[in-house]
Amino acid sequence: MTGLLGASVLLIAIPLAGAIVLLAGGRLLDRVGHLIGCGTVLASFVLGVVIFVRVLGQPVDDRLNTVTVFTWIQSGLLDIDFGLLVDPLSITFVLLITGVGSLIHIYSIGYMAHDADRRKFFGYMNLFVASMLLLVLGDSFVTLYAGWEGVGLASYLLIGFWSDRPSAATAAKKAFIMNRVGDVGLALAIFLMFKEMGTVSFQGVFDRIDEVAEQSPGTVTVIALLLLLGACGKSGQVPLQAWLPDAMEGPTPVSALIHAATMVTAGVYLIARCAPIYDLTADGGLVVAIIGTVTLLVGCIGGCAKDDIKKVLAYSTVSQIGYMFLAVGLGAGVYALGILLLLCHGFFKAGLFLGAGSVMHAMNDDVDMRRYGGLARRLPITFVTMACGYLAIIGFPLFDGFYAKDPIIEAAFAADGVQGWLLGSAALVGAGITAFYMTRLMIMTFFGEPRWKQLKSADGTDYHPHESPPVMTIPMIILAVGSVGAGAFFAIGDRLANWLAPSVGPYEHPEPPFPAVVVTIATLAVVAVGVFIAYWFVGRRPVPVTPPMPVPAIVTLARADVGGNAINETLFARPGIWLSRASVYADAKGVDGLVNGAAAALGGLSGRWRRWQNGYVRSYALSMFAGTLVVVLMLLLVRSA
Amino acid sequence: MNSWYLPVLIFLPVVGALVLAAMGGAPEKTVKLIALVFSLAELAVAVALWISYTSAPTVSQLDVPFRETFSAAWIPYYDIDFSLGVDGISLTMIALIAVLMPIVLGASWEEKLPAGRTIGGYFALLLVLQGAMVAVFASTNVFVFYVAFEVMLIPMYFLIGAFGGVRRAYAATKFFLYSLLGGLLMLASVIGLYVASGQVLGEGTFDWVTLQSIASQIPESTQMWIFAGFAVAFAIKAPLVPLHTWLPDAGTEAPVGAGTLLVGVLDKVGTFGFLRICLPLLPAASSKLAWLIILLAVLGILYGAIVAAGQTDLKRFVTFTSIAHFGFIALGVFAFTTQSIAGAALYMVNHGIATGLLFLVVGMLTVRGGSKLVGDYGGVWKVAPILGGMFMIAALATIAMPGTNSFISEFLVLIGTFSRHPVWAVLATIGIVLAAVYMLWIFQRTMTGPVRGAAVVGGRGPDDVQEALPGDPGDAG
Repeated sequence: MTGLLGASVLLIAIPLAGAIVLLAGGRLLDRVGHLIGCGTVLASFVLGVVIFVRVLGQPVDDRLNTVTVFTWIQSGLLDIDFGLLVDPLSITFVLLITGVGSLIHIYSIGYMAHDADRRKFFGYMNLFVASMLLLVLGDSFVTLYAGWEGVGLASYLLIGFWSDRPSAATAAKKAFIMNRVGDVGLALAIFLMFKEMGTVSFQGVFDRIDEVAEQSPGTVTVIALLLLLGACGKSGQVPLQAWLPDAMEGPTPVSALIHAATMVTAGVYLIARCAPIYDLTADGGLVVAIIGTVTLLVGCIGGCAKDDIKKVLAYSTVSQIGYMFLAVGLGAGVYALGILLLLCHGFFKAGLFLGAGSVMHAMNDDVDMRRYGGLARRLPITFVTMACGYLAIIGFPLFDGFYAKDPIIEAAFAADGVQGWLLGSAALVGAGITAFYMTRLMIMTFFGEPRWKQLKSADGTDYHPHESPPVMTIPMIILAVGSVGAGAFFAIGDRLANWLAPSVGPYEHPEPPFPAVVVTIATLAVVAVGVFIAYWFVGRRPVPVTPPMPVPAIVTLARADVGGNAINETLFARPGIWLSRASVYADAKGVDGLVNGAAAALGGLSGRWRRWQNGYVRSYALSMFAGTLVVVLMLLLVRSA
Repeated sequence: MNSWYLPVLIFLPVVGALVLAAMGGAPEKTVKLIALVFSLAELAVAVALWISYTSAPTVSQLDVPFRETFSAAWIPYYDIDFSLGVDGISLTMIALIAVLMPIVLGASWEEKLPAGRTIGGYFALLLVLQGAMVAVFASTNVFVFYVAFEVMLIPMYFLIGAFGGVRRAYAATKFFLYSLLGGLLMLASVIGLYVASGQVLGEGTFDWVTLQSIASQIPESTQMWIFAGFAVAFAIKAPLVPLHTWLPDAGTEAPVGAGTLLVGVLDKVGTFGFLRICLPLLPAASSKLAWLIILLAVLGILYGAIVAAGQTDLKRFVTFTSIAHFGFIALGVFAFTTQSIAGAALYMVNHGIATGLLFLVVGMLTVRGGSKLVGDYGGVWKVAPILGGMFMIAALATIAMPGTNSFISEFLVLIGTFSRHPVWAVLATIGIVLAAVYMLWIFQRTMTGPVRGAAVVGGRGPDDVQEALPGDPGDAG
């Protein structure tokens, strides 16, 4: 296809070219690096809007456009084109990635202004945007996989951006490896699809999946679960969630872009994209929903006990994505709800992270909320924008979360029988806990005593909180506006759901066993309780600068990342290191030892045999005699037998 | 009609080596330049061969297994011709050698050699090695293949034994003994092929094309024995676990340039042999014994990765990563699907490029830092950003990141293997996580963190870094 849609390859190519120029250009481009970075992403956004308008102008049934760019891999039956799928789902993601991405790029100009490697930072950020666009635009599982891995790489580079900090390097490696574990799932799913269906393109697989389901329903479930493993890795879902909080080692704009607004949503995208597969396997969908529910609770618990402002937000991301997984796991009819929360989350979480970055900017890069307090007056713009994000995430009426999360809780209750009650109640409880820890964050940061007045930062200077420059606050304001208005805009009249229908199937209103308004009231009540508890325990009395000890076991567990790291350590890391050391030893002493031993034995043997060649005729005669004796004896024995 | 590209490609470097040997007393710079000129001339001939090969083949050319053939009578008594020719994979391997050689010479320009050795001798041996490697890939006669296979051993033995590191004598002897063992078994199998073909045709032959045409008529039991001899030789050369233990020593002790060729190209002769000799000439035995090679291959993928993760020596580390990758290649060859074999063939080339880069980067690092131990480095990326960036690229190619050359080959091997042997493919796929573990771990330990240890030597010290970067780099915002 040519024309405007054919130009959609430029969506990816422009930021990619930016990344290459920035990384290969070296120090020459230090002065203009940030302009190239922002310019390319903005250009991609503008093109995205144009293509969006074009797709909007197409008849509803013709909105799935495939653009073949070139033949990528061809071997026997395997025929993979490098192609793009421009449809409502992918173009929605394109707008989110490039839109929020542009804002975060602009914010980074200010945030990274004093960093000597700012150009490199923008190079990596562009690489990330390009990979993410490839991920959502690819028209086959292999193109998606390429973007998928590229996103992992960009996130590795960005988390470890301050590579001279050992903690950053460790966190980066951890993120990459846990992502790779998920990638194995995705790769195996691709292999299995090729084996069963002989194709790996979305269209080909979705056309033939029905046949496979008839012949062996188990295969479809296996594919669904393998895809889910991939999704869990990228989206930080249980059991692969532990990398996400650590990923906060990167600069704050990275947390906002990658670990809130886009990368971690890739898993949700994958499952929504594979709607035709999950529609055929109730078990697969149920597992997605259960994983989502467990994760949303784990994220909530983790968020309650952290004092690091970014880690609280990171756990809230884990938990919010749990909600999205719950929604897409509930299957046919409600995929759109997951995407709705995903878009709203893109606004409010990016806004919250940028706000947190602005607070850190004001507080000498300190992340410990126990050292904050009373900052609302010093950072008015930051406070107001973060307050919008806060109201959105807890689901305050008329803000984003209200429109996005409420229907998910309804849909959870609408599931069959006991499952519905379990999933629904868990989602409801999660809403309350979310309200608690987010209120705690706001109180500790913006209200109460200004605890920083009595303290000095790590480098021994006093704190002088000050509002950030406009290049940082303007993106925050725009995101705050999104946190207020986007939810209503998308949700009223099912606007988003109808737009996505060609990609993920028509939207059906969930029908819980009781009126929807009951769910709304219950949710609001639970949220109010959460806010009140936070006020009661945190807001009413002074916050101690050092974390109180001892605390109940649950708090200790929450502080220790809900056991995630401990499990990984004991189950994988330590046995792995042990196995590796043992193998090195075995290789040197065992396998090679055998070889060297054989050589030594041969040497020893020849040394001993050499001694027989002593040159004395008498000893030769003796051995000849012995030999003859043996022969004669043997002959006698044989004859007598 | 004979095409002269291949004999020129084999003997041009040998002539170069003789020229270098003849001008013993000349200034070092002249000697190095002459070697470089010969390697560039070789590259030019290889490009010409490539163009000639790819330019509009006629229909009759597409039917024959080899093009650009050359044949001359060599040992008439046994009817042995010195016959050469290339197909797609051998052409690509020859091109890889031709491209790598000038790079290797350039990277060895300032090589610190052991006392008493001259750079002329070093470069001459590298050139001889090049000629022998081209001969292996270009031979279309099993006897010529065998001879080239053995001749290749000689320059490599001296490269390690005379120009290597501290334990060079041990490493060279081990390399030699292993190769000799494989070579002897292979000789038995080469003779076995001759005899077996004699039983079918009435008169024995070493000619590949003839042997291939009668391959199905050789009884399976005979094929098994012949296969065993070849397989051991190839499994030693492209080291499959447990026949691998010569490679870490040889790779570590070899000078950087020779090591790059050893891991990048020479080892591919093993997997190439499986593709060129075992599969087409011994089809029944190959399919009967495929399970064994697949078992060893998957074992190698996992074992190589696990042992690589625990290495404390940078060069040994690279050799173990290669052992893991040879597992992928062998797996692809013996999974017998279109995709897996295509993937394995591609993998041979791509691994040569990726590991060549990795070996060169590690070599440069150890020469500059003066230590081969991982623990002696830290924060190198900060003081040597380009070297660090190259290390990163090599690392990404090693773990087959999409966008790097290795991705398509590894992907094809795995997807092809999965459709026939799902369980083995699943086990092999775990190798991609292990690859990320060992690669990123070594990258973290050497390239990131505070600048310290050997990274300070030769680079800018930590004090200079403070000066170069205004303010604490962590103090963003």
